[in-house]
Amino acid sequence: MDITALKRVSEDHWELAPTGKMRVPVVFYADRALLEGMDDKVQQQARNVASLPGIVKASYVMPDGHWGYGFPIGGVGAFDAEQGGVVSAGGVGFDISCGVRCLLTGLRTSDVEPIKEQLADALFERIPAGVGSTGRIHLDDQEMTAMLEGGARWAVDRGWGRSEDLERIEEHGCMRGAEPQYISEKARHRQRDEMGTLGSGNHYLEVQRVAEVLDPEVANQLSIAQDDVVVSIHCGSRGLGHQVGTEFLREMALAAEKHGIELPDLELACAPLRSEVGRRYLGAMRAGINCALANRQIITHLTREVFSRVLSKAELPLLYDVSHNTCKEEEHIVDGVQRHLFVHRKGATRAFGPGHPDLPEQLSEIGQPVLIGGSMGTESWLLVGTAEGMSLAFGSACHGAGRRMSRHAAKKQWRGSKLIKNLAHRGIIVRSVSMRGVAEEAPGAYKDVRAVVDSADRAGLARKVARLQPMVCIKG
Amino acid sequence: MASWEHFSHEADIGVRGRGESPDAAFEQAALALTAAITDLALVQRDAQVDIRCHAPRLDILFVDWLNAIIYEMTTRSMLFREFEVRIEGQELRAQVRGESVDRKRHQPVVEPKGATFTELLVTQEDDGQWVAQCIVDV
Repeated sequence: MDITALKRVSEDHWELAPTGKMRVPVVFYADRALLEGMDDKVQQQARNVASLPGIVKASYVMPDGHWGYGFPIGGVGAFDAEQGGVVSAGGVGFDISCGVRCLLTGLRTSDVEPIKEQLADALFERIPAGVGSTGRIHLDDQEMTAMLEGGARWAVDRGWGRSEDLERIEEHGCMRGAEPQYISEKARHRQRDEMGTLGSGNHYLEVQRVAEVLDPEVANQLSIAQDDVVVSIHCGSRGLGHQVGTEFLREMALAAEKHGIELPDLELACAPLRSEVGRRYLGAMRAGINCALANRQIITHLTREVFSRVLSKAELPLLYDVSHNTCKEEEHIVDGVQRHLFVHRKGATRAFGPGHPDLPEQLSEIGQPVLIGGSMGTESWLLVGTAEGMSLAFGSACHGAGRRMSRHAAKKQWRGSKLIKNLAHRGIIVRSVSMRGVAEEAPGAYKDVRAVVDSADRAGLARKVARLQPMVCIKG
Repeated sequence: MASWEHFSHEADIGVRGRGESPDAAFEQAALALTAAITDLALVQRDAQVDIRCHAPRLDILFVDWLNAIIYEMTTRSMLFREFEVRIEGQELRAQVRGESVDRKRHQPVVEPKGATFTELLVTQEDDGQWVAQCIVDV
């Protein structure tokens, strides 16, 4: 990305002053190397977001920013309904509430190492992953509605999980304000057989080792220590979320003119928060969030079943569950004034600081866990939100490494079978239905997650706690 | 001559079809969509599905077309490799042929979530050829 128009505020904080139709500046949190590595389209997309009605303070780009749809991936924007603010179906994206959850196991690396292959096979057999996989749960219309209203709470009520899990999920496992009546028949149909499935692409389930602890005090409060084993699950709202995104994107794009909104990019399709379509979308999108929370909850249950068979002493309590693609109503202090805002996070993680009222009591002192997924051959990270981050980007941080190479290029450069062999030599067991899928998700196709996390830490968005290395990876 | 290709997007994949008419360009782009998931040659033409779409603009009709295929693929768990498209005014009618997904044989790579408006273009080029393209979120 050409950064000549950007003003450097600090090593990891850059600003682009408003010009043309921009209503607010663009703020980039990234170091020079990460910025220069971003596509020029990231800047264009962030400028477009800055031009939307009712945007507050700035259009933000996280350190893992890359070219997305309407919003950049790693984009954050908050809107005020009182000032004509909008909600953007493009800004939330197709995979509503795609996210990561992390489970503790109570196991040590030495417990898992000898039975890694067996564990990989058992997880691969039990957790539906990849295209064409369906779950064993089939929802009728009534149960679908209950799921869309209840989220992970619905799943726990049906026996897929424990009540104590709910405290460790954003919104306590159930997004309020979901309106399943706005979920179309097509969206319901797409989801009917997809509960408890990982999906494909960059979705995964990993068994990981805590390779390094950077903040022992916080790690201790989160009950993790060096060489502990955890499980991370990355997936979203599956076909239902995709269909909701598809339908509202189209409707908002066609209705923009009627709402007096000039769209610089059709993909930025949005509608006033106070409009009829805006309200309907919020209700449907929140139901989509519940679908993702329920999905990850069911996969958690299946994972626990596998561990109880293979390593019976494992308990698998939930460390935390974060969502990436959302628009949430939140209270924020802006220039000393408390405001009620609709915060879009597209490929960005909520990262509330210590003392935030939405955090469960056990996490109040340390801040919200922020789970950063890496690629299957590198590493993932556990961070926590900071007090400072609340004013930097509405309590948001990065969400992953971000791709540096297209699928197209990755497919040409690597062979899946060879990658799997190389990773096995390094002690990482990969299971996937598609060799080409493994090639397209090659570790080398992703940016250096450590550079992204270091930048987020230096910028003050979130603080590093621990580094996690994959032992087993089930690819979606 | 009708043809298809993929083009790059940082996170996802672009599908592009070319042909002598919008109908042909739409058919080719649909082939590119299936080719993003599996090797086209591996897909049999055992079953037929009818698709209808309606949109006020040709470019939106194209996105609707790809999204209709994605919907049929996911709800029927099928892959398609033959597409016959007829566009009249704002209406598209198509017959698509394919087979049920066989995970071992097809080794599907990605599951398309939706066709997007990003890099969306339906246009006739100087040589008379029609091009239809957009990015598909996978």
